[in-house]
Parts: sequence; structure tokens; C-alpha cells
Amino acid sequence: MNLKQTLSARSGVSDRIRDWWAGAPMWTRWLVYLLLLLFVVFVLPTEGVASIMSPQTDWITTLWDPIGIYILLALGLNIVVGQAGLLDLGFVAFFAIGAYSVGVLGREGWPFWGTVVAALAIAAISGIVLGAPTLRLRGDYLAIVTLGFGEIIRIVARNTTYIGDSRGISDLPRPPSMFGLDFNDVLDASAFYYLIVAMIVLVIVISVRLNKSRVGRAWAAIREDEDAAELMGVPTFKFKLLAFFVGAMVGGLAGTGQMGGVQGYIQPENFPFILSATILVCVVFGGSGNIPGVILGAFIIAWLPERFRFLDDYRYMLFGAVLVIMMIVRPEGLLPSRQRKAEMQEGTGGMGSMGAEVATPTTAAPEVGGK
Amino acid sequence: MLNDFINQFWPSTVGGLTVGAIYALIALGYTMVYGVLRLINFAHSEIFMIGTVAALFTVTEIFTVTSPYTGFAMIGMLLLIMAVAMAASGGAAVLLEVVAYRPLRKKGASRLAALISAIGASFFLQELFALQVIPNLFDRPEGRNQVGVPRIVERDKLFEIFGATVRLDHVIVIIAAVVMMVLLDQFVNRTKVGRGIRATAQDPETAVLMGVNIDTIVRTTFLLGGAMAGVAAVLYVVEFELTVYNVGFVLGVKAFTAAVLGGIGNLRGALLGGFALGLIENWGAIFFGSEWKDVIAFTVLVVILMFRPTGILGESLQQARA
Amino acid sequence: MSAVLALGAGACGGDDGGSGGDTLNIGFMGDLTGPDSAIVIPPFNGAQLAIDQYNATNPKKKVKLIRYDTQGKENQAAALAPKAIKDDKIVAMIGPAFSGESKAANGILDKGKVPSITPSATNPDLSKAGHKFWHRLVATDQAQGTGIAEALIKAKSPKKAYVINGKKAYSIGIGDFAFQAFKAKGIDTQRDQIDETASDFSSTVTKVVAAKPDVIFYGGYYSEGGKLLKQLRDGGVTALFASGDGSLDAKLVEAAGAKQAENALLGCPCFIPFGEQTDPTLVKFVSDYKAKVNANPAIYSTEGYDAATAFIAAIKGGNETGEKINDFLKTYDTKGVSKQVKWGPEGELAETTIHLYQVQDGAIKWLGKSDEAKPKG
Repeated sequence: MNLKQTLSARSGVSDRIRDWWAGAPMWTRWLVYLLLLLFVVFVLPTEGVASIMSPQTDWITTLWDPIGIYILLALGLNIVVGQAGLLDLGFVAFFAIGAYSVGVLGREGWPFWGTVVAALAIAAISGIVLGAPTLRLRGDYLAIVTLGFGEIIRIVARNTTYIGDSRGISDLPRPPSMFGLDFNDVLDASAFYYLIVAMIVLVIVISVRLNKSRVGRAWAAIREDEDAAELMGVPTFKFKLLAFFVGAMVGGLAGTGQMGGVQGYIQPENFPFILSATILVCVVFGGSGNIPGVILGAFIIAWLPERFRFLDDYRYMLFGAVLVIMMIVRPEGLLPSRQRKAEMQEGTGGMGSMGAEVATPTTAAPEVGGK
Repeated sequence: MLNDFINQFWPSTVGGLTVGAIYALIALGYTMVYGVLRLINFAHSEIFMIGTVAALFTVTEIFTVTSPYTGFAMIGMLLLIMAVAMAASGGAAVLLEVVAYRPLRKKGASRLAALISAIGASFFLQELFALQVIPNLFDRPEGRNQVGVPRIVERDKLFEIFGATVRLDHVIVIIAAVVMMVLLDQFVNRTKVGRGIRATAQDPETAVLMGVNIDTIVRTTFLLGGAMAGVAAVLYVVEFELTVYNVGFVLGVKAFTAAVLGGIGNLRGALLGGFALGLIENWGAIFFGSEWKDVIAFTVLVVILMFRPTGILGESLQQARA
Repeated sequence: MSAVLALGAGACGGDDGGSGGDTLNIGFMGDLTGPDSAIVIPPFNGAQLAIDQYNATNPKKKVKLIRYDTQGKENQAAALAPKAIKDDKIVAMIGPAFSGESKAANGILDKGKVPSITPSATNPDLSKAGHKFWHRLVATDQAQGTGIAEALIKAKSPKKAYVINGKKAYSIGIGDFAFQAFKAKGIDTQRDQIDETASDFSSTVTKVVAAKPDVIFYGGYYSEGGKLLKQLRDGGVTALFASGDGSLDAKLVEAAGAKQAENALLGCPCFIPFGEQTDPTLVKFVSDYKAKVNANPAIYSTEGYDAATAFIAAIKGGNETGEKINDFLKTYDTKGVSKQVKWGPEGELAETTIHLYQVQDGAIKWLGKSDEAKPKG
């Protein structure tokens, strides 16, 4: 149980940091944001960091894809799962829709930014199309329907000659050069890295604004007790649909980020179910509902297999074992949101608890720090 | 097109029922665990995979089967393989519960955390079998390749219905699946342990107050679900004669779909959902081509859930009556 | 297991990075640990064999083969290729093994002036990207699908044909071309496509039974091909079954069963040394390969070996940069273990011959070139 003690000790430290953060004045917060951004832009992609973080793959390419892409997807899924509490097992569908929109429209001669706008619109509409008939379903029924939707999108892409079937689409449009960034240099992915950093910042801002608004409170209410929320006059269906809408748009945005990538190539097998599952893992592993946690989770999940490349096949076996151990030791994730911790203490964890879990004398009270 | 449908309807029906029987047996595991724990046991597909490997081991390493069996020897052999596979799958399922789910249960972790633990266990088991178990058990250096299983049941034509050939293997798979399901249904509805399972599914708190030992019930549930996956594994090996480290993945998704289609938590729903899914896929393939099977299956699922939001039978385990 | 692991450990053990001194680095990129690694490990083993044999002669410049494991994913190929060029300073690349990852990495390799030879990527579009450093050692899906279909027409003069293909990029490509080739000769042709991950192909069997074709062409890999062939035969279909290089593997017979696989006809733009060899080079290759890998040469083993051999020949000739090696390849014209190795201006093989093989008495036998061979059944 050493690991457990270490982790709880660390959570004590993180609690102190959070208390300080909660009381910190505005300028301090902005200073921290600025420092973080400077770190991400100037320190993270440098050679010195690369040799430690990624001795076997190109670090800047890895930072963009999978790390940046995973973070973006996890932020999008976090809106659906973490904030509104809807279990979505087919999030990769929106990623695919975004990517394919850019690919198909780009082939028709649209400029890159035009395809991005269209991709966001198409992804958001598909979020509505999926959500409208299915959001009345509860919990796990929604999970299997979203899983099915993800598979349907992939198989339709694979079976449709117009969009390149299994052979995919090549030569996707690239963003025009801007701010001295050259998106045509295939040997250097830094332009794409900065592009995805900008996208991530944008999505963080939107997520935070939404979460602090009436919408965020409505989502929290739905997540904790949908019936109660409905009784209190929250139009739950509307807000659930909104979560799908925003989440789908972020997924689509990630798709456009991948599209304009160095590879300039997509094919249906880039969007398997297992990617949906992995993104869900990122969200829960990091701390569902908490944006820094989700980012950390996605970073770790995307980065670990690259860092431990020398383990060859065995890295995925270890990855599986790490997931199980992590959930046993710290089921609320690395950096859970405090609100969610409180919900967990009440025993629901925001997504309902397992059925046959009863407080008997043998059942230890959940160890939770904080208030 | 209509002509094709008429010509191919009965052969497709036979194929659909055969594969549907296997879906149904795997779906039972999902449905039972879901009924009791409200948990999608994502690693159930690996429990099935372990069953196929156990069956293969029995056939090639313990008995070195070289030619198909007939008559009572065949039935005896099948029962023997089933016993081994049920023990392996059931044991693995219980172990999975103890290692990956019980600690979370005791902590009162969210179902989402349990789902992630299940995904992790699934990864771990697949890779363990690809890297260590299959290479070492069968002396095959390339553990990710599929492994063929020698023929146990001959492809004898038994009879024809409306021009469709029904073979011995079809009949064995369908009958075995239905028999196992009836046995399980009787067990859950007639025995004391079965009553405990139903009580826990209905209301765990009250069940505890009534003296039900939750841990025993959960263990039994995993054991039964795993054993059914073991039977499914044997039938799969008899019908398709192969296994591979990720054999469970696609079947697992299908079986889970079948469970939801029939009404998750409902044993008879799993049976109905499995057969329905197998038939829908095969009938749909006549019109649209085999590459659209999965799309057809999921589309039907969505449509049915829109009209019956809790599946075709809709009941759950606790309400199942004899 | 141990053989593969030992090779892997040997190849990626040293982390010194960068060519220099008396060692040059060559990369091998492909799915070495993922789901399709079974068709990538044999060419990797072939390449490693060629390089080990060369290093054993104690040359002035030794060659190190570095593994770049993409698991078949494009984004991994895109992340590995710049690393290979900038940090490991590879002078040549064998691979990427599949067409998808080739599309992702070829542009990067071309920009980095690293000559590449793919032993197994068969999409016809790859040569149309205008890359100057790219080569392949196999015929395209187009050459193969058309070639095998025409050989079938010649041998069997069928009235009805049935094309079945899987949904991987290779499978659908070769299926398309075979389908068009049958249609072009006015043969009544029907088609169905299967999902590789499925195990139950009964709906396809039902369609084939109803269509009563004289010949069946299957486009796809052996693992699905074996399952399909078994279910077809068990379902009472007796028509001649033909397929391409993706199915040319003893595992097809294993998966289908010897009885069901009998007389299956397999075409390949490659030469695989099945069974007893008479050509002394091949006898040596097969015995060396067996000694090293503890398995028979399998799909693309010979191509992997020939790709490495071509690069070694360049290095032996004193060419030590990517550009020089690339120039050397333009003049290269040698009989390899798989075929005559000579490239045209686009990096495609100058000449591709389709060889036909047939399963006879449970083993794959070489019949001859497609225009001469006389298949049974």
C-alpha cells in the first residue's frame, strides 16, 4: 500500500495548491496562465526536453499527434462525459466527421479555413442528429448507441467509394502560412504544433466559460440527478443536446487539426472504436470534469507508449495493468475536480455507482481529502 | 433483388441462427453482470477468448484430435471440452472480478472508473495471451496469428428446409446454446443462489438486510457469466475452428449489442437479442452486401431503442419470472 | 517468440543514434507489433538476414538495421520518419510496409532525401506522387488483380465469375481490378465484400451458392482467406478459388484445412521458395533463413531480403549518402531471390511477372509463370 500512501500524500500537496489557487488574486492567475503558455510555446518543444521525453520518435510530431490531438479530443469528450455526465463511447465519430469534411471539401477545391468552418458545422449538426433521437435513453443504452454511431461512421467511410473507401483521401489541404509558420515543411511539424496549441487554448477558454455559466450549473445538476434537475425546472434534454453539440464541435475541430497534418492523409482505420475508448480513458484517468486533470491524463496516455517504445509489445500489456491499478488506487483520477470528489463521497460519483455496492462494515469509507 | 431474397432467405436464416446462438451465450455474461452490478464488463470478450484458448488446448494438447468424432464419442468429447472451457472462463471471470472490480466496489468508486478498469483488464489480457500464453502453450512464435483448431464435428448434412442445407454443426451449436440458456434460466429462477442474484439486482441494500452475502452473489454471477462464455467459446471453436488473441473483441461488441437489443439485465432478452441480431445481419446482407452487416445491426438497434427504450423485452433480471 | 524478440532486442538495443564512424543506419518501417505484424515480420527477418550476412564479412562500413514500429498507424509513421532522418541519420529505408503508412511517410522520406524500398505496399497511387527516392519491390494491386483474373480466364474460360474481397486497402484494390478485368472480357461477374474482423461469412457463402460461379477470385489476406475458403467448401461450393499475394502463405492452408484448400490457385508478382528448391541461391536462402528465424520463409521474406541486398550493394560500391544510394539504385539490375530487381523511372519494378502457385496435397507448389501455368481442378 506504499503507492497508495504516496498518492494520498501527493493529494495533500495538491490540496494546498488548490486552496492557494482558489484564493489567489486575478493577476496571479493570469501570470500563471502566461507562464504556462510561454512554457508550452518556448520550452516544451525544444531539443533538451525532446531527448528526455521522446528518445525514439520525433518529439514535435509526437507533441502534435498523438499528444495534442488526444488533449483536444479529451477536452471535447470531457464536456460530454465529465461535465454533462453522458457516457459517450463513440466520440471518435465526430473526429472522423471533422477530418473527412476537410478532406472531401478540400478535394473539391475549398480553401483550408473554409473547410474548417464547414467541418465544425457538419460535426455539430451530426452531434444534434445523433443526440436528438438518442438522448432520451438512459446511461448505458446511450453508451451502446454512441458506440454504434462511431462504428457506423467508420464503416460507411470504408464502404463509400466517393470518399475514398479503405484507401482514404490523400493530399489534404494545408493551412496557408501565417505568423512565419510554414505548414508545407513535412520534415518539421512545429507549425502544426503551434496550431494545435492555439486550438487547445481556445477550447479551454470555451469550456471554462461554459462551466461557469448557467449551462455549467445545469450540466452539473443533470449529472448528479437528472430527475431532480428536471423537477427543478432544468430543461434537461435541451442541455444534454447542447453538451453533445459543443462536444461534437470540439471533436470535429480535432479532426481538422489532424487533417491539415504533416501526413496529409486519412483513412477509415484512423478512427477505430478503440480510439473512443482511449479518449474516455484519458478523461477518467486524468480526472473527469476537471480541465487540468483531463489535459494531464491525455498527455500521459498519449505520451507513455511513445516514451516506453523500447518495451515493444509489452508496453500495451503494462498500459492495461496501469489502468487497472490506477483505478483501484485512485478511482477519481489523477486530478479530480473537487465538486466531483464531493459527489463521490456521497457515493454516486456523478455517473452512478455500481449496483451491488453497499456500505457494510467491511466497506471502507471512501478516502477523500478536502472539504 | 426480391428474387435474391427469396433464394437466399432460408440459407441466411440457418447461418444467422448459428452465429446468433453464440452471440446470445456471450450476451448472457454481459447481461448478468449488468443486472447485478450495473457495470459494462468490457473485459467479458477476453473471458470468451480465454475459453477458446482452453478449448484449443484441450483439443490439441490434451487429446491431439486429428479426425472428427461421431456419435456418442463426439458428444462426450464436446461435453469434456465444454467442462474445461467453462472452468477456464468461469475461473478467469471470478479472478477478474476479484482483481479489477472488487477493490473499486469496496471503495464505492463510480461506474465510470470500473469501466476504465475493465478496459485496462481487457488490454492486459489480450496482450498477455498474444505475447506469452499462446506462444508458449502451442509453441507458436508469432502469437498474434490466428491458430487453427482441428475439426471436431463433421460437416454432415442432416436435412434441408426450403432448400437450405442444415448441417450437424449448425444443429449442435443452436441446441447447445438453447439448452444452456434454459439451464441458466432455471438456476436463476429456481435455486436459493438464483434468488439471491435476483434480490441483489433488485435492491442491494435490502438484499444485505435479508442476509444475502453480496460478495458471494457477485462471485457467482461472474462465475455463471464466465461459464456461459466458455460454452460460447466451445461452440465458436466447433463452428469456426480458429482462435486468435483478439477474437473476443468483435464478438464482444456484437454480444453486448444483442444484450441491449433484447433488454439488458434480462436473460431471455439476451437469447432473443442474440438470435435477432444474427438474423438481422444475415438478412440485411442479402440486400446490401456483407460489408454492411455491422451498419445494419447498429441501425436496427437505434431504431428499436427509439421505440422501446429498454430493449425488446425491456424487463430486467430482478423481474424475470419463471 | 524468442527468435523475434531477440531480433528486436538486437536491432533496437543500441541507443547511440546517428550513423557515423564505421556504421551506416538503415531503417525498417512497418507494423512490427500490431495486428498485422504477421505480414511484416517476415520481410523484416529477410532484411535482417541480409544485413547480418553482410556484417559477418567484416566490411569497412557495417550496416545497422533500425526498427521503426508503426503498428500500422499513419501518425506513428509520421512521427518516426523525421526522427529517423534527423536523429538516426538513416541512409536508406526499407518500407513502410503498408500503403497507408507509405502515404503518410513517403513525402517525409523524399524531403529528407532518403531512398526507400517498400517490400509490400501495393497501392498503385504510391508511384503517382512524384517522389524521387521511392521504390517498390512488388507489383501493384492493379497489375496483380488484372493478371490473375486474365490467367483464370485463360485457364478455365469461365462463364460466371464471383469476386469477394476484404475491406483493407489492399484487399479492396485488388478486388476492384480483378472485378474490372472479368467484366472487360464480358464475363457475368458478381461481387460481395467481407469484413476481415468477422468470423462468420455464411452470408457470402449463401450468395456464392446462389450465383453458381465457375471461378471465384478472393482479394485479401490469408487469415481471412483461409476462413472464407473453409466456409465456402463446407457450404458445398466447388468452383476454383483463386487469390493474390496476400493469401500466398502456408497459413492459408492451415486456416482453411488441407482438404478444403486443395487446388486453391494463388497468384503473386513474387517468387516464394516453397518446398524443395533446385536453384542454389534459393537453397542457401531458405536454409539460412530457417537457421536464423527458426521458421520457413513466408510472405515478403524474399522481398525484404532483396531490398536490404540492394542497399548493401550500394554501400559496398562506396555510396554512403541517401542521394548517392538513390542514384545507384537507378542502375541496379540484379537477379534477387524474389525476382529480377530493376526499377523504372517512377520507382516501380521495370518488369513484373505474375507467378502462379497451387495448393496440391496440402502444400503450396509453384506452377510457373501465369501465361504458361496449367492449374488443376
